[in-house]
Amino acid sequence: MTQVGEEWDEGGPERLYVLTGGRSGFDETGLDLVTLIVSRTPPQIGMQPEHESILRVCASPLSVVEISAHLKLPVSIVSVLLADLLAEERVEARAPAPALPDIDIIKAVIHGLQNL
Amino acid sequence: MASRTFETAAGPRSEDALPASATSAVKIVIVGGFGVGKTTLVRSVSEIRPLTTEETMTQASTGVDDLAGVERKSMTTVAMDFGRISLNDELVLYLFGTPGQQRFWFLWNGLFDGALGAVVLVDTRRLEASFDVLGRLEESQTPFVVAVNAFDEAPSYTDGELREALDLTDEVPLMVCDARNRESSKGVLLALMQYLHSLAMTSEAT
Repeated sequence: MTQVGEEWDEGGPERLYVLTGGRSGFDETGLDLVTLIVSRTPPQIGMQPEHESILRVCASPLSVVEISAHLKLPVSIVSVLLADLLAEERVEARAPAPALPDIDIIKAVIHGLQNL
Repeated sequence: MASRTFETAAGPRSEDALPASATSAVKIVIVGGFGVGKTTLVRSVSEIRPLTTEETMTQASTGVDDLAGVERKSMTTVAMDFGRISLNDELVLYLFGTPGQQRFWFLWNGLFDGALGAVVLVDTRRLEASFDVLGRLEESQTPFVVAVNAFDEAPSYTDGELREALDLTDEVPLMVCDARNRESSKGVLLALMQYLHSLAMTSEAT
């Protein structure tokens, strides 16, 4: 039991275990830190609050790592939650640009930086 | 932290929202020892206030009394700061400031996979803090440039002295920067990209 005045340890692994229903992992989801996530449906009543939060912050495209920062949850946990939403087709994932060397991407980055 | 509720979890500010047309992202990793100025550099060029993500590592502690089968564990939290630059309507660049100690890197699986390249930020007062990271980048064949963050009180060395101390080949771009300065930080990122450009041209030519 949590006693009065005793801080609820939100960062504890046990809490995170509950949030994901005991699942863990980042690799199996195929998501990258910078995969962009966009909501396809608005949040619905009765959803797990963390799922609801993801749908809300992803009204505009947002990377996996930004979702993690805004929800204050580790990337590994966010990945599992995103896997649920992807399976239910509630969000869309836009994969990162392909691996290098891709001269067009390099040129686009140089051009973008020069215009800063 | 203690009173956080998910109903009020702050999302990005509306002015920080990416356009719906944003289709893909790329990343550059800024690596270096503690206090070398990674987050300062990210802040100098990022369009959003740098954000932090944390991973928690649990380790079974050793040499502790066994309390009737209760396993005692110690937890380490490793934080990573990052920022963002929208390059155009479709392409977004993310900058990650990552602790130099490679024992933490596994927490961010795939951080270096697919990264365009890396900036190794160096403090001349603590050159040895960069050895680990330089070795690892060479091993993983991640292209990188080395930027010396010029702290006022730090000793300055010649290009040749630094290359020798850090065991850098002549091809690896080496520059001095001021991570607090936007133009200077932008110059470091551009130097990395121009290096990548030359590498790509060379590999296309062969």
